[in-house]
Amino acid sequence: MTVHAVHGEHPPGFAHQFEDMEQQREAGNLGMWLFLATEVMFFGGLFMSYIVYRTKYPGAFADGSRLLNVKFGAVNTAVLIASSLTMAMAIHSAQTGKKKPQVWYLILTMILGALFLFLKFNFEWRADYHEHLIPGFGFYVRPEWGGGGAHVQMFFLFYFFMTGLHALHMIVGIGILTVLTVMAARGRFYEQYYAPLESSGLYWHFVDIIWIFLFPLLYLAGGRYPIPGVTH
Amino acid sequence: MSGHVVPVRVYLAVFVSLLILTGLTTAVAFVDMGPFNLVVALVIAVAKMLLVVLFFMHIKYSPPLTRLVLIAAVLWLGIMVTLTLSDELTRGWEVKIQGLSAILPYFRALLP
Amino acid sequence: MSSTATVDNLEIPAESRLNYLNASYGIKSWLLTTDHKRIALLYLVSITFMFLVGGVAATLMRLHLIEPQGALVDPETYNRLFSIHGIVMVFFFLVPSIPATLGNFLVPMMIGARDVAFPKLNLMSWYIYITGAAFTLYAAVTGGVDTGWTFYTPFSSNYSHSAVIPVALGVFITGFSSILTGLNFIVTIHKMRAPGMTWFRLPLFIWAMYATSIIFILGTPVIAITLFLLGLERLLHIGIFDPAVGGDPLLFQHLFWFYSHPAVYIMILPGMGVISELITAFSRKRIFGYSFVAFSSMAIAVISFLVWGHHMFVTGQSVYAGLVFSVLSFLVAIPSAVKVFNWTATLYKGSISYQAPMLYALGFIGLFTMGGLTGLFLASLAVDVHLNGTYFVVAHFHYIMVGGAVMAYMGGLHFWWPKITGRLYPDAWARFSALVIFVGFNLTFFPQFVMGYLGMPRRYAVYPPEFQVLNVMSSAGASVLAVGYVIPLVYFIWSMRYGPPAGPNPWGAKGLEWETPSPPPTENFEEIPIVTEEAYNYPQLPEVARG
Repeated sequence: MTVHAVHGEHPPGFAHQFEDMEQQREAGNLGMWLFLATEVMFFGGLFMSYIVYRTKYPGAFADGSRLLNVKFGAVNTAVLIASSLTMAMAIHSAQTGKKKPQVWYLILTMILGALFLFLKFNFEWRADYHEHLIPGFGFYVRPEWGGGGAHVQMFFLFYFFMTGLHALHMIVGIGILTVLTVMAARGRFYEQYYAPLESSGLYWHFVDIIWIFLFPLLYLAGGRYPIPGVTH
Repeated sequence: MSGHVVPVRVYLAVFVSLLILTGLTTAVAFVDMGPFNLVVALVIAVAKMLLVVLFFMHIKYSPPLTRLVLIAAVLWLGIMVTLTLSDELTRGWEVKIQGLSAILPYFRALLP
Repeated sequence: MSSTATVDNLEIPAESRLNYLNASYGIKSWLLTTDHKRIALLYLVSITFMFLVGGVAATLMRLHLIEPQGALVDPETYNRLFSIHGIVMVFFFLVPSIPATLGNFLVPMMIGARDVAFPKLNLMSWYIYITGAAFTLYAAVTGGVDTGWTFYTPFSSNYSHSAVIPVALGVFITGFSSILTGLNFIVTIHKMRAPGMTWFRLPLFIWAMYATSIIFILGTPVIAITLFLLGLERLLHIGIFDPAVGGDPLLFQHLFWFYSHPAVYIMILPGMGVISELITAFSRKRIFGYSFVAFSSMAIAVISFLVWGHHMFVTGQSVYAGLVFSVLSFLVAIPSAVKVFNWTATLYKGSISYQAPMLYALGFIGLFTMGGLTGLFLASLAVDVHLNGTYFVVAHFHYIMVGGAVMAYMGGLHFWWPKITGRLYPDAWARFSALVIFVGFNLTFFPQFVMGYLGMPRRYAVYPPEFQVLNVMSSAGASVLAVGYVIPLVYFIWSMRYGPPAGPNPWGAKGLEWETPSPPPTENFEEIPIVTEEAYNYPQLPEVARG
């Protein structure tokens, strides 16, 4: 445990329940990881339910999965991965004392996040709405699904709920990034103090990881290889 | 972490690897491998997750406690999924356990 | 040990010395506080209020059950009563009780810190609790739910005509309060211990709070997503829990009980931590087997996540999964038993005094043991087939929750009240009400074991006439129990104005919290203490030292 520093020597951003900045930083880091653990279990409940029904109704879930637009899904995956890179670079800039790049990387991260949401809502979801694939909003059971119509609807419930919850987390993340960008522009982060960036980075990467699992489980669930006799 | 600065080239290498893996998982989906489609997809997803967690999230440079938190979370998710599936997947199984009722007739035979 | 304060040093009246209570005045200084001690008191008031709400529901239920055909309400209303009783007592009283009140107050003090790691999050967690409670109370007074606190589908999702979504929303919101509390405690305990306070010098209450916080973090999010799914299903009727379209009602139960079983350990672990403190203080002896008790808390936290299927033995779960859960449920009893053995061994050759906190602790040991053993009956698959859904289950969990957790909470309140308020309460009344509670409790719930064994189902508004005697006994006990809970309410409030000032350590107990004035100053310690001795370092009597 480090020696308690003389009062008045604490750098800006210090919170007084702590002994020193190192303890504060470690506490903040641990706190964010614990929060991410709760998020793992939160999304985990959904993943588990999805797995259960996918195991029970593989055909219907594959039918549903093939109706998703894999091009947009893959592009969006790349967009999110890029945003994780820019987020990591923002923190790197703070660690190396560069103020301007911090701000640019944060803005770039937000733009990529917004792009993800734009592609999803404006292209994927809007198309799904017009094709009557949103449960509760005029869902139409197609004849080619045979008797599994209700199960395909279940697939789409999971699809919209899981990607919707993910999108909600993205929106919150962009909100946090906005605040961070303002703080970074005011020069609040530097080599010794960038904990809020680090914590928010962890959150952002976590949301990326959720998508890393959502993409194959939802979009590639039934495979994308041609099935004889099926045209879509 | 303690101010550990990851070199930019590591970040770029991770970024490129992630893109490659994304392309790979998408491409593989177009090939019929039966049940292995799912296995491959999950393996690739786990690999991508590890890259993000280790390098972007700095777990590689983090104290053991943070790694424990992550491992615990993943483990707990595993417990939830495994034990639930142990029910969902065995519901249709015939109950073959007979226990004591199987040997009771032998005891009855011993009675006068 | 005398029951009045023995003054070690010059006694400055509490009113004139600066402490956390008088450091600032006005409603804003309380509603915007970040002092963990004040937040603990905010919680104390809200939790007590919710306890009274749940208690009113219970009172109405027990009054109703005096007659076989029901004496008070119609069956619909009865369903709503037991539902709101369960929801309020579980989510709004038992889960937060010890952690949010005693935990918030004591964790920083016991480890020698000035506050928790994230004081503002701490305050936010109280506001989240209040918001969730407000939703649920609003829903309750506009009709409530009739689904039971377990919200089983497809009734709750597809058929019930009650306020499922507002209540579920209230519980969902309050869950985040638990998560933040758990997060705060884990970080605080890891990162903010005073110099010399190694893990194995920590009071066992801290180990218990740490273990509880692990459950908060890993379990609570699952009930959150479960209630979210339930709400979605209720709104959209897709069928994820409706067997008519291929949904699985048991999936809901898996999701629900994955949290709700560990939740019951959230309710009891802090109580066990309190008991470790009480037993040592009132036997003036070191705990027997410190590391066993510490590790058993961790073991309970871990194993508690492996046993949830024992709530589903008869609802359609696979027999094979049932076998696995049954075995694991037996396993989880072991660390609890270890604790009971260690507490008892601590009492042996101790210098025991019988003030109110000790009476609660001794009551806990007996009643918790009964509750725990009956849990084993229920863990046996074959026996559970007969006992599930009967009053036996009700009696089992009330022995643990009320005979265990609530008694530990009362014992803890009585033990730390002088520290929290700087006042002493009248010990004679305290001992009297402890006895009233003990008698009332057993009279209420022991007959329920018998009723359940004889086959009376739970959650029924009417019952066959042959059960009436037992029901009347139980209702009589409930009125005694109610009196037992009201008396402390009176003397605690009385003590805040008229109680004699307490010194820093009226019980002569060991622990960092007792080395501060009562009430403590806002910053807890003038100087952060340096810890050099083991926990419960009471002077050993020669016979004990010889072994």
